[in-house]
Amino acid sequence: MSRRIPARIPGNWAPYILVSPFLILFAVFGLFPLLFSLWLAFQSWEPTSGLDAMQFVGLDNFVFALTDGWFWKSLYNTLWLAIVSGVPQHLVALPLAVFLHQGLKRWRGLVSGAYFLPYITSTVAIAMLFGSLFSTDYGLVNQALHALFGTENINWMRSPDAIKPAVAIIVFWRYLGFNLVLYLAALQTLPQDLYQAAKLDGASAWQQFLRITLPGLRPMILFGVTLSVIGGLQLFEEPFILTNGKGGADQQAMTVGIYLYRLAFDFSDFGGASALAWIMFGVIAALTWLTNKAFAERQVKA
Amino acid sequence: MNRTPRLLAYALVAVGALIMLAPFYFMFVFATQSRTDIFNVPPPLFFSTELLDNIAVLTTRLPFWKNVGWSLYVGLMSTALTLLFCSMAGYAFAMLEFRFKRALFALVMGTMMVPAFMNMIPTFMVMDTLGWIDTHRALYLPGAASAFGIFLMRQFAASTVPRELLSAARIDGASELAIYWRIALPLMKPALGTLGLITFISSWNNFMNPLIVMRSAENYTLPLALRSLFSTTSTEWGALMAGSAIATLPLLVLFVISSRQLIAGLTAGAVK
Repeated sequence: MSRRIPARIPGNWAPYILVSPFLILFAVFGLFPLLFSLWLAFQSWEPTSGLDAMQFVGLDNFVFALTDGWFWKSLYNTLWLAIVSGVPQHLVALPLAVFLHQGLKRWRGLVSGAYFLPYITSTVAIAMLFGSLFSTDYGLVNQALHALFGTENINWMRSPDAIKPAVAIIVFWRYLGFNLVLYLAALQTLPQDLYQAAKLDGASAWQQFLRITLPGLRPMILFGVTLSVIGGLQLFEEPFILTNGKGGADQQAMTVGIYLYRLAFDFSDFGGASALAWIMFGVIAALTWLTNKAFAERQVKA
Repeated sequence: MNRTPRLLAYALVAVGALIMLAPFYFMFVFATQSRTDIFNVPPPLFFSTELLDNIAVLTTRLPFWKNVGWSLYVGLMSTALTLLFCSMAGYAFAMLEFRFKRALFALVMGTMMVPAFMNMIPTFMVMDTLGWIDTHRALYLPGAASAFGIFLMRQFAASTVPRELLSAARIDGASELAIYWRIALPLMKPALGTLGLITFISSWNNFMNPLIVMRSAENYTLPLALRSLFSTTSTEWGALMAGSAIATLPLLVLFVISSRQLIAGLTAGAVK
């Protein structure tokens, strides 16, 4: 687009000066660390013993990570949390967005704002608050459950069966509004004349949803699900804070992110943690690719 | 849709919205309750009078106001630098021609794909090497030319800054940097506002970076300080909720003032 009007004055350094802060910061805090972590992944090293103590160990770190029970456990936890918190987000956000788009013109901003608010709030504040709400003896959640269903108190934070659902609830609550807003934005770009033509042809609301809305939203569904996959696999802060950085009872809330942090900063295994980071990068890339492929194929069939 | 199901749907959406907001309400209610009253049966549903006592506990357990100050300082520094650096690069990518432009922009987009935890260990090592552990520049400097910010600025500049205006200024003999500063930057104000909001909020909430580089409670930002209260054996819930409420309040105010702009900015990458 800008090719036709060359805005360049030959020999001018201005563009390079303008992008130089990005280049410098990226080189020092982006590219170098990334390459360094790739190199570290093949070394055995504890940070306290100085740079000279680094030892090349080939693929040992990768072999260790992949044969270590903790890695698989944390990967399972991460996937479990990503699915249980992620799938409902979209199943609720999409119909809610359609409903708000069609039926609630005047209140739309206010309602979607209410749903969006958790997304911009500090994780620490949220984790603290839910820590108290999920408290065992007299926490509000247990009291409400007891009043409504007569259930016994659940030890949310300390029983291995309850910590994962508790984290999933918080993550669902936190990111639902973000997806809602994505879908609302996409709905606004759908052409209105399609709906008018469909109405003239006597299509029901349900038919309009299936034939116009859903296909029109497909790119955004793909985008939203991709973001959920990428974000879900990186889940760190919520379970980290809730379980005091340990991963919870029986490590049931230890995500790969938490395992990586503990490997590096609790057990000083920087090489192993770097290998783990690259393995996880591969997992995220593979799952992102799979998500895209799954949606692309369904598109061909439709 | 028929009348009854439609009313039912309205009710459901309203209840859902209340459920979304309820935790915030309880955060503020608990902030005014004593440590023991929070866990009364039935639970406290309205405000009480213990807020100042809770804040007093906060200030004895933590250098609390210092922590608030550091959060503000890091947030403002990070916002100022991000606005400057991202608008510079975004403007160059949108309006100027130079060698390696395409490759460099691909680099910008590529850095958006790198997961946060990839940087956890190397960031610590770089900060350690530079001697920046426990300093605040380690918090605001590394992210100050964020890919997201550059992308946002580039999109906005490309669609709002008129090329004719730049050509005219060039004919008048204005230097390229002056054109960026005097002509383009003022035109980019709306996008600067959005990016500023997003940057400040994410700096204010940031937990992972301070966790990795900050060491002394005196230098903690608010999220780290609050978490350190949580890890003691007998948690002061009232104080903790008061602290959380204080950490949340500025966000609520910013959100009420600018929710439309904020939401549009945060989802900008998705829609364009």
